[in-house]
Amino acid sequence: MLKLDINGASYDVDVEDDTPLLWVLRDTVNLKGTKFGCGIAACGACTVHLDGAPVRSCSYPVADAVGAKITTIEGIGGDKLSAVQQAWIEEQVPQCGYCQSGMIMAVSALLAENPAPSDDDIAESITNICRCGTYPRIKKAIKRAAQLQGGD
Amino acid sequence: MAKLNVSRRKFLVGGILVGGALAVGYGFLREGEPDNAALTATTEEGEIALNAWVKVDRNGIVTVAVPRAEMGQGVYTALAMLVAEEMEANFDDIVVEQAPIADIYANITMIKDSLPFSDGHHQGEETVGAWGMAKVARTLGVQATGGSTSVRDAWIPMREAGATAKAMLVQAAARDWDVPAGEITVENGVISHAASGASGGFGDFVERAASEAVTTTPTLKDSRDFKLIGKPQMRVDIPEKVDGTAVFGVDVEVEGMAHAAVKLAPVFGGTLASHDAEAVRGMPGVIAVVPFDIGVAVVANSFWRAKTAVEALPASFNDGPAKDYSSAGILTLLEESLDSDDARVYSEDGDAAAAITASAQPVHAVYKAPFLAHACMEPMNCTAKVTETGVEIWMPNQAPTLVKWFAEKFADVPAENVTVHTTLLGGGFGRRAEIDLVYLAVTIAKAVKGRPVKLIWTRENDIQHDIYRPAAVSRFDGALGPDGRITGWANRIASQSVSGSFTERLLPWAAMDMPDNTTSEGAADIPYEFANRMVDHVPVKLPIPVGFWRSVGHSYNAFFTESFMDEMAHAAGKDPIEFRLAHLEGHRDFADVLRKLAEVSRWSEPLPPGRGRGVALHESFSSIVGQVVEVTANGSKEVTVDKVYCVVDCGAVVNPDTVTAQMEGGILFGLTAALYGEIEIEGGAVVNSNFPDYEMVRLAGCPEIEVHLAQSGRRLGGIGEVATPPIAPALANALFAATGERIRELPISKNGFIA
Ligand code: FES
Ligand code: FES
Repeated sequence: MLKLDINGASYDVDVEDDTPLLWVLRDTVNLKGTKFGCGIAACGACTVHLDGAPVRSCSYPVADAVGAKITTIEGIGGDKLSAVQQAWIEEQVPQCGYCQSGMIMAVSALLAENPAPSDDDIAESITNICRCGTYPRIKKAIKRAAQLQGGD
Repeated sequence: MAKLNVSRRKFLVGGILVGGALAVGYGFLREGEPDNAALTATTEEGEIALNAWVKVDRNGIVTVAVPRAEMGQGVYTALAMLVAEEMEANFDDIVVEQAPIADIYANITMIKDSLPFSDGHHQGEETVGAWGMAKVARTLGVQATGGSTSVRDAWIPMREAGATAKAMLVQAAARDWDVPAGEITVENGVISHAASGASGGFGDFVERAASEAVTTTPTLKDSRDFKLIGKPQMRVDIPEKVDGTAVFGVDVEVEGMAHAAVKLAPVFGGTLASHDAEAVRGMPGVIAVVPFDIGVAVVANSFWRAKTAVEALPASFNDGPAKDYSSAGILTLLEESLDSDDARVYSEDGDAAAAITASAQPVHAVYKAPFLAHACMEPMNCTAKVTETGVEIWMPNQAPTLVKWFAEKFADVPAENVTVHTTLLGGGFGRRAEIDLVYLAVTIAKAVKGRPVKLIWTRENDIQHDIYRPAAVSRFDGALGPDGRITGWANRIASQSVSGSFTERLLPWAAMDMPDNTTSEGAADIPYEFANRMVDHVPVKLPIPVGFWRSVGHSYNAFFTESFMDEMAHAAGKDPIEFRLAHLEGHRDFADVLRKLAEVSRWSEPLPPGRGRGVALHESFSSIVGQVVEVTANGSKEVTVDKVYCVVDCGAVVNPDTVTAQMEGGILFGLTAALYGEIEIEGGAVVNSNFPDYEMVRLAGCPEIEVHLAQSGRRLGGIGEVATPPIAPALANALFAATGERIRELPISKNGFIA
């Protein structure tokens, strides 16, 4: 039994230690907002936060997450939308939407650390894949979120 | 489509009360059926058999049944806008529902355009051949999302449904208030009568409206009076896509469900030779090992356990007929086939061969494009439950009717016991019109009797077992006259036939050696006026599965034709835009797009050395898209795509913001292919496996994109695919302008360029 702290709630999970955190979140804890895209840390669809830092959960053994505060897309805004989520709606970012949980988690982590990122900061830290090509809107939405958060 | 509806077949729009809500349906009647048959037929669940396009409940909430798959193209919003516009509903009161399968939803335009015997691209729906095809499509009852046809198909019916619902509500109010219906106005979901001061919401008249006489010819609004159509609206599917609650196929959860992962024969057409189920039976969570013809599955109590076990499972495979094929060999084979005598002519005018022979300096070039994978962001998946008597499917798919047919066939159950649930799609791009996952999921679910099974493919499964955009080779011979205009244009393409491959896979009984317009689309139908023209295609049969990939034949033909137009402009010593304009007499809409493009991109202003601009103009799915790309290439051939200007004329625009989003997305989809896209085949198996070796444009490499709408008033065109074709040639032409190097093969790394 492993004890996990996810979005402020505590879960006991009975899985192999090396199970990727992604599949524990999706199949064991039934939090399906976090997505599977590649399974090899190459796309970012599965991004969650561990103590606020972005982690690609498809390649992160669940045992290593014990003791950390895990935050997923379901918990990022608390009971309302976060500034990043709000900006995502205002800029009408998602197309199919599949990559967007991971995008929002990656961007939230970036803005927490760097409230007013430059274009280069953004290009360097947001390496997630969006197959639908929403990057132009993501760039705008990051700036807007920074404003909404009062960082700009 | 309106013409067809009215003159060639009976249709009916009517209202009925369903569970206290007014439902307005739209149906096609078969010969000899009474006019009310459509509305009185009910299914077992008590719903209207022909389904409602629009339902209004007592609270005034308007539910629009959208018979199309939402895969990010904004179709839920666009179709809801059509209804709301004519109903004068408050857009905030509109709820969108994925429509169940019904024969009336057959996506007539798509089937007609993609089937071999459709009669070309410029003749519209009104011709006899097209009509016959539409009939076939409807008889087949295929409900599909693809070919950028959703709004084109729905433009009239959705609005008529909205107009009818409104007319019925107004009549009901008129009777209730005892005033003439003509004096009643409707705005923003409120029905009012100014003289008497009476007013009410839609919900107040629902019951009464259901008994109002059916209006068979609703009057549609003049486009000048549109309040919603043409104005940007917030997409209805976006909120759930930012808070993680959107349910895609991979998220489906069914009571008692198990999970499956597969290992498939690596060589196309290969089969499972042996496997050792015992080796993994004791692994955690393993429920069953299921061998089948082309591979083996492990069913377990979680996906991770199923995947871990199937990877550990010893298995060997027989090679398929593709064993001796490689992608490099295929390109050579295609090039050799250009000399075949079996070419099929798709466009012929004058005597191109003679014009070229007579030319002092004919221009000659051969172009190549590789196999490509779709790589939808959501890995392929399908959930199936098979019992003795029925089958239930949950799946992100673009063709529920096909899914239904094949689920019935694979599960061997009566048609009436087949249920298909279409979820949101994490990308489709044509891949989700296939039924291979249905086959696998049903086969696996059958083996665990009655237990629902969710099959998810890994990204490796997806890249290596896709149904690919075919590789293609194209040869051009062009002749210029003394005035610098093209006097002869001969273009021969060699590739597999997508329609042929699709038909062979899905409907082998219907497989015939037929012409396939998709092979030459974007080559045989280019708008330029040449005195002598010959465009033909050599179909080459190969054991590689090929299918519909965003914009289909246009995806390679646009690269071929618009690059060669650039070569001809260069040979003529003309500016590429001026040169194109000189060949566009009588095509004002195309010329307008080009001129606007020249203006917004400041085409005539020089760029510093090392930078270059390229242009491409292409029509697909009845929309015209022009793009100008600005690139920088340094001495080490490192390429940066700086900016893309895009002008689109897609006829009437429903949601302009969605058009812009689809242009951005379509451009980046095509840019990814031009910069990186190549599926490599060795020994009949795909070498690429996941994103690092099937790379995508990422945020850092994303150019600035500027989209402009041009509206010539031409007929309604598609938007989902149309931005993809021109980007590769615009990029290649820009690289030529920057470096003097002509790119005749994609991706650009074939020329040593590094993105
Ligand atoms: S699924 Fe984890 S990075 Fe792609
Ligand atoms: S919105 Fe579809 S993958 Fe990003």
